Amino acid sequence: MNIVVCVKQVPDTATERRLRPGEGTLDRATPDGLINELDEYAIEEGLRIAEAHEGEVTILSMGPAKAAESIRKALSMGADKAIHVVDDGLAGSDALATSYAIAQVLEETGFDLVITGSESTDARMGVLAAMLAERLGVPQLTLASKVDIDGTRITVRRVSDEGFDEVEASLPAVVSVMEKINEPRYPSFKGIMAAKKKPVRTLSLADAGIDADQVGLAASATEVVDFAARPPRQAGVIVKDEGDGGTKAAAFLTERKFI
Amino acid sequence: MSSGSDLLHIDDQLTDEERLIRDTVRAFAADHVLPYVADWFEAGTLPHEILTELGKLGLFGMHLVGYGCAGLGPVAYGVACRELEAADSGLRSAASVQGSLAMYPIWRYGSEEQKAEWLPRMAAGEAIGCFGLTEPDHGSDPGGMRTSARRDGSGWVLSGTKMWITNGSIADIAVVWAATPEGIRGFLVPRGTRGFTARDIHKKLSLRASISSELHFDSVRLPDSAVLPGVSGLKGPLSCLSEARFGILWGVTGSARTCYESAVSYAGTRTQFGKPVAGFQLTQSKLAWMAVSLSQAQLLALHLGRLKAAGTITPAQVSIGKMANVRSAIDIARQARTILGASGITLEYPVMRHANNLESVLTYEGTEEIHALAVGQEITGLSAYR
Repeated sequence: MNIVVCVKQVPDTATERRLRPGEGTLDRATPDGLINELDEYAIEEGLRIAEAHEGEVTILSMGPAKAAESIRKALSMGADKAIHVVDDGLAGSDALATSYAIAQVLEETGFDLVITGSESTDARMGVLAAMLAERLGVPQLTLASKVDIDGTRITVRRVSDEGFDEVEASLPAVVSVMEKINEPRYPSFKGIMAAKKKPVRTLSLADAGIDADQVGLAASATEVVDFAARPPRQAGVIVKDEGDGGTKAAAFLTERKFI
Repeated sequence: MSSGSDLLHIDDQLTDEERLIRDTVRAFAADHVLPYVADWFEAGTLPHEILTELGKLGLFGMHLVGYGCAGLGPVAYGVACRELEAADSGLRSAASVQGSLAMYPIWRYGSEEQKAEWLPRMAAGEAIGCFGLTEPDHGSDPGGMRTSARRDGSGWVLSGTKMWITNGSIADIAVVWAATPEGIRGFLVPRGTRGFTARDIHKKLSLRASISSELHFDSVRLPDSAVLPGVSGLKGPLSCLSEARFGILWGVTGSARTCYESAVSYAGTRTQFGKPVAGFQLTQSKLAWMAVSLSQAQLLALHLGRLKAAGTITPAQVSIGKMANVRSAIDIARQARTILGASGITLEYPVMRHANNLESVLTYEGTEEIHALAVGQEITGLSAYR
């Protein structure tokens, strides 16, 4: 089974993240880039499915040159090979443009199953899986908290606000997985050594057959019109309990419409 | 390392692979060690399962090649030691003993049969090893050891006592150094061998999250195949110690970093006289010197790592690293304790735990004094101790 896991490198959520003045895109020059945490669940799920169904896992990442570090980590966890789409022309692509570029690559490589995380921790759009499925003309099974595969049948437990739905489709398909669907493995030290020898294909726009006019900041359908820094946190309110602490706490919560 | 405690951006000098090792061990420690280590320390224990997990990660013997070992470089090994010791010196000690003191002599001096039998299981954490050199009456002067082995027919008879043996009572295999008529030889003694017993040492105030034992050998009969064939003389155990000391000079930069970060964080939130104690000049002077000292220790560790990778490192250079970095770390830990005030003496914060652990690290694997003498000999050409 040919499994492709989409992985995005994002700025470390523990560091301060900034938008670039002018274009309103994320400043990716920050020192620490990490695998989007939610994509680690996608990698783990891909590896588990591959182990159970004699599959092969390809990591597909679009991003600047330094995203190679994140690709390396995914390969160290056990993925078999990787494709890195890197081109200055991609900078500033929104979700729609990104889904076009990634779909182009997937069309070329072929796939039985595409797995993504539920969203990225930087842009937090959470729409890539749906857009990819639409562009590729295959079923989308999103927000999965459990994935089962039997031959070409795929069944997922799809998390909803009220509970979950069982959703079934046939492969090929696109799945997005939820946080905590599994416990992502650590890269093993032997895996780290082995990753050095695993093939990574680096593709430019031209290599991947991506139309430069449909990607990048200029071609993106969405635009950041304005943004402002979050105001500094206000000092908290200290409620002194004089026998009426509960009432005061309830009034505080009611005022802010929490209860 | 967060740039917060890496003021000189020393970690930028690491390769991608070394950074991946760093991040992996750090994530492992955050998930599996940090939430529990204060309780282990208080209870005086190190759960066996954590060693099994480290084995699954591939950390044991990571710097050795073949026999199931990962074959990474010395800097990667140093970084792993640093990240383990940032959690607790006891954990790093367990890994040092397994990889550098138990696996290394088998890997370097063992027969093909010994390597094939033990190394893959030890690398995977399925078998734990220990290293018996120190005795109750022979610490810095191991050449005077009383543990002895004599030939008896086709085999050997081993007798004596070893003391302060990390992982001793949980070890599946003990690498024991004994005086023989043909010089000091290494013996592999499996757990359960008749006449071999191990007893844990209690009432420790340091390295409490680490198992320290006393090993007794009461006329233990061993086959000739138990001897490490590749070495005789004190250089056998000393070469192992040189490996382990390299891990220590990296490791202690981890405990120092944790103490420093803890002090910075506490000073920023603890308010006295109407402002954070971090805003006082005396505190800032302490923090500045701690940062300088930590950066120097990190640079020294990295430099020695690159020398080891180049294959040119000498025992005297390792001595410089061990004495300098452990001294820096213990001073940083004690200084951090003063910034944390009374909180600093509790297990709620890591500094006293690290400071106490470092008392052992200062002494084991060559005391600070012995390393000073080794460096003194290197400088003057005169041995002041033997």
